[in-house]
Amino acid sequence: MKIVVLVKHVPEPTAAWRYAEDLTLDRASIEGRLSELDEYAVEQAVALVEKGLPATITYLTMGPAKAVEGLRKALAMGGDDAVHVQDEALHGSDALATSLVLAAAIRRIGFDLVLCGMASTDADMSVVPAMVAERLGVPQLTFAANLAVSDGSVTVLRESDGETQEVVATLPAVVSVTDQTDEARYPSFKAIMAGKKKPVTTWSLADLQVSADEVGSSAAATAVRGAAVQPPRQAGTVVVDHGEGAAAVADFLVAQQLL
Amino acid sequence: MAEILVFVERADGVVRKASLELLTLARRLGEPAALLCGATDDATTGVLGTYGATKIYVVEGAPIDDYLVLAKVDALVATVRQASPAAVLVTSGPEGKEVAARAAVRLDSGIVTDAVDVTPADGGPLVTQSVFSGRWSAQSQVVRGTPIIAVRPNAVVAEAAPEQPAVVPVTVEFSDAALGARVTHRTAKTSSGRPDLADAHVVVAGGRGMGSAEAFLLLERLADTLGGAVAASRAATDLEWYGRDYQIGQTGKTVAPTLYLANGISGAIQHRAGMQGSRTIVAVNKDPKAPIFSICDFGLVGDVHTVLPALVEEIEKRKSWTGASTGSGEVS
Repeated sequence: MKIVVLVKHVPEPTAAWRYAEDLTLDRASIEGRLSELDEYAVEQAVALVEKGLPATITYLTMGPAKAVEGLRKALAMGGDDAVHVQDEALHGSDALATSLVLAAAIRRIGFDLVLCGMASTDADMSVVPAMVAERLGVPQLTFAANLAVSDGSVTVLRESDGETQEVVATLPAVVSVTDQTDEARYPSFKAIMAGKKKPVTTWSLADLQVSADEVGSSAAATAVRGAAVQPPRQAGTVVVDHGEGAAAVADFLVAQQLL
Repeated sequence: MAEILVFVERADGVVRKASLELLTLARRLGEPAALLCGATDDATTGVLGTYGATKIYVVEGAPIDDYLVLAKVDALVATVRQASPAAVLVTSGPEGKEVAARAAVRLDSGIVTDAVDVTPADGGPLVTQSVFSGRWSAQSQVVRGTPIIAVRPNAVVAEAAPEQPAVVPVTVEFSDAALGARVTHRTAKTSSGRPDLADAHVVVAGGRGMGSAEAFLLLERLADTLGGAVAASRAATDLEWYGRDYQIGQTGKTVAPTLYLANGISGAIQHRAGMQGSRTIVAVNKDPKAPIFSICDFGLVGDVHTVLPALVEEIEKRKSWTGASTGSGEVS
């Protein structure tokens, strides 16, 4: 059985992010890391195999050169090998192009189950898993809090508004997992070293038979017209409670016409 | 005038407040037309008309109850092809984004998420997005296909603008793929009786500083007196003091209520990402150096265990002075 896990290398969340001159996210000037939400998908894949599922795990990422670090982090946690789709023409790709490229790569790798995080922690759109499933023509089970695979089907538990659902789909399928699945393991030094030796293959657009016309800024279906730093919220009044604090808060709410 | 198609969501048969907000937004851009998956009824037609829908597209027979999402995608794509709207508005939440994403691929249309404002402009609706955990604001436009815009709840206040909507049935051929992911079991969560977190005008949140699960009862009392919803930080849900469904933050829900009360919450970046769009923020925390105090409009350095019960009393007192009803849920 083949499991493909989609991962993304994103800017470090605590760093100051900004837009570059071409109104794309400036990835070059900030340290990156494997997206925290993707770690949950990696953990699920590795755990499934540890529990006895006879499957291989291939990590897949699309990104500039530094993105390979995300793959190495995943390989340190477990798994067999990885694919890095890298091509200058990809710069500025929107979600439609990203899903096109990822789907082409997944088809080339071959898959039974595609796992991913519920959203990237940079663009935060949450749309790529669904778009990839659409392009691959398979069911999607998103926001899974729990997953199990057996007899050619996958079962997940997902939290929907007002109810918990158990959902089943036959493989092949795409599953995105939330941070309510198990915490990602912290790889040992030995595992990190082993991860460095696992094979990472790099593919360009030509390897996927995707034309440069279909991706990148010029092919994007959306255009960013402008971006500005939000003025930070100004700190308002802060008082120390000496017994009248609650009354002060209540008075504030009245003054703001919130009561 | 161009039609703007609004993807309506219902919970227990009742139209979500967020969907009514989409109708209000749609009025700025063109003629609002609602898309309903499932039969309509007097109450639904009534409320959609009250909030400005001039047309209601109804797609019946969709295998939506037991199957996830795909039937709704079939419905949306068919309706877009039939009606050729100038834009599609969905609510930026798990269901809305999934439906929008797959429809965007089938229609080869651009999609913009996390919209906090949409205004008419040359070349199509101009969408303002809150990005990078609220630190930046971006303006985007769709340049190919029918713009699909996922709008955050509470981006606008729903305004009544009564119309008599025409009900238009849409016939849809559901794909076999619509039966791909089947719901085999459902466990209804006990309803809290409080407003849905994403839609609430007032959110009363608790963090590690609450100290225990029992202390969350204080938050529930405060929420009830304000007609609001209760929420929790990740630290509090990790400690199982409150349910995961109520978690606010980068990996939880993002809310932007009129009033957000942060109790015993330090205000780490990952939490702020989920609430800094709130109009007014009030914080109570024992630690005067807590980062939350640098973003709140009013902060009280104090012990939540003494402050919160006193606050409930003080609020009840003031409400009785003005004769306001308890727990009306209406905060303007």
